[in-house]
Amino acid sequence: MELIKPDLGLLFWMILSFGTVLFVLIKFAWRPILAALKNRERSISKSLLAAQRAREEMAKIEFGNEKITQLAKIERENLLKEAKELKNKIIEEARESAKLDAKKIIEEARQSVQHEKNQAINEIKNQIATLSVDIAEKILKQRLGDESLQKELINDLIKDIDLN
Amino acid sequence: MHKVLFRLFFTSILVINLQNFSFGNEEHEKKDSIHNEETAVEKFNPGNFIFDHIKDNYSWHLYTYKGNHVAIPLPVILYTKTRGIGLFWSSKLAHGHTYKGFKIAHEGDYKDKIIEVNEQGEFLSRPLDISITKNVAAIMISGALLILIFVSIANSYKRREDQAPKGIQSLLEPLILFIRDDVARNSIGEKHYERYTPFLLTIFFFILINNLMGLIPIFPGGANVTGNITVTLALALFTFIITTFTGNKNYWKHIFNPPGVPWWLKLPVPLIPFIELIGVIIKPFVLMIRLFANISAGHIIVLGFFSLIFIFGNMKPVMGFAVSPISIAFTIFMSFLELLVAFIQAYVFTMLSAIYFGMATEEHHE
Repeated sequence: MELIKPDLGLLFWMILSFGTVLFVLIKFAWRPILAALKNRERSISKSLLAAQRAREEMAKIEFGNEKITQLAKIERENLLKEAKELKNKIIEEARESAKLDAKKIIEEARQSVQHEKNQAINEIKNQIATLSVDIAEKILKQRLGDESLQKELINDLIKDIDLN
Repeated sequence: MHKVLFRLFFTSILVINLQNFSFGNEEHEKKDSIHNEETAVEKFNPGNFIFDHIKDNYSWHLYTYKGNHVAIPLPVILYTKTRGIGLFWSSKLAHGHTYKGFKIAHEGDYKDKIIEVNEQGEFLSRPLDISITKNVAAIMISGALLILIFVSIANSYKRREDQAPKGIQSLLEPLILFIRDDVARNSIGEKHYERYTPFLLTIFFFILINNLMGLIPIFPGGANVTGNITVTLALALFTFIITTFTGNKNYWKHIFNPPGVPWWLKLPVPLIPFIELIGVIIKPFVLMIRLFANISAGHIIVLGFFSLIFIFGNMKPVMGFAVSPISIAFTIFMSFLELLVAFIQAYVFTMLSAIYFGMATEEHHE
């Protein structure tokens, strides 16, 4: 049963070779490999965490942005509304003032027309008075030729005075 | 890496030529061996055929052509009190030759081992034999291969820090992670696993590479390293020593004074401690047997299928040809199975070692 009988020479070489391989691999292969794997795992998990954080931050920022846009929208609407109101107000005011102005101008025109009319009437009155005096003078000049007529006239005048 | 492989290949060719030369000038022997071969074919012995392939050897047999055994000679290193240190190539001892009073025994207690003989060729002693045998050479080749592969991987880890793996690095990284996370961490626990991971990785890849090399039928494969009891003994010894020397107080307490066991099972006759102590030795022993038996069995079955061709061929050459397709089909099937077994056994050995380490470092908990 040679098959299950350990051989001393082989055992010696096996322990020596395997020991050497073990030592060399531990020192020059497994330590750097395991350290590198560990480092990589650490950096991957760190990066994943950072990415997660960044994503959360991003979501927060996005939410903020949305809020800001909403606020801006409301602001714009308000501004538009105000502007509209202002416009209407201004138009209304302008209309009102225009109305007033027009009224004033019409009044002024009326007054000046009245004034002109009065002046013209006065002038006509004066002219009529002058004409009347002239006519009266001519009539008097005709009538004062006759004595009886003179007397009648004076009487009439005195009568008028009495009545006054 | 290519350079090294090339150099390895080149030296092996050189060595083969050397060997051919040493046989080439022995004309008379050639005739003899042709004759021998013919008789050998008639008396094909599957048992010898199989065990010749499975056991260790002083030279690395490559092929036999017309009775010429072409083999890579390996250094023989011997020590005896009378002759001192003997250092020569194994080719000197081929074909039962005696060299400087040493020969390979054909029978007796030291069959197929080098023995010291006197002038008459009678047995004197078995020298201290630390020859570089086929298995030793195979272990050295696979060890060198392991160092080459993993140091280069370590360098690519350093060079490409924090980057995705590439090439052979990405091929082996899943295995490394598997051993670290699913074997070491799961069995030993978060606290201690980092101490044992390098050893577990080494035995896993050492067993795996030797299993795989054993499946390759030509040099530098073909040596039955992990199917050799001495090799598995050494591996189990490493696990046993590490378990014993890193065992904590709790581990030893469980052996010598296991809690939850009635006192009368421990006090007058320490029955349970005795069983526990045997268990400590049985655990690595089982590791040794399991790996040895699995790998050897696979090789024996494959060689058995091949033997069928020659057994039937000996009855009638036509029958040998008729059986060969079936034999080859079964051998291919077995080889695939062996490929699976190569991984499974490497994994099982590593896993059980990890479990033993886990037991040795388990913390006391109520």
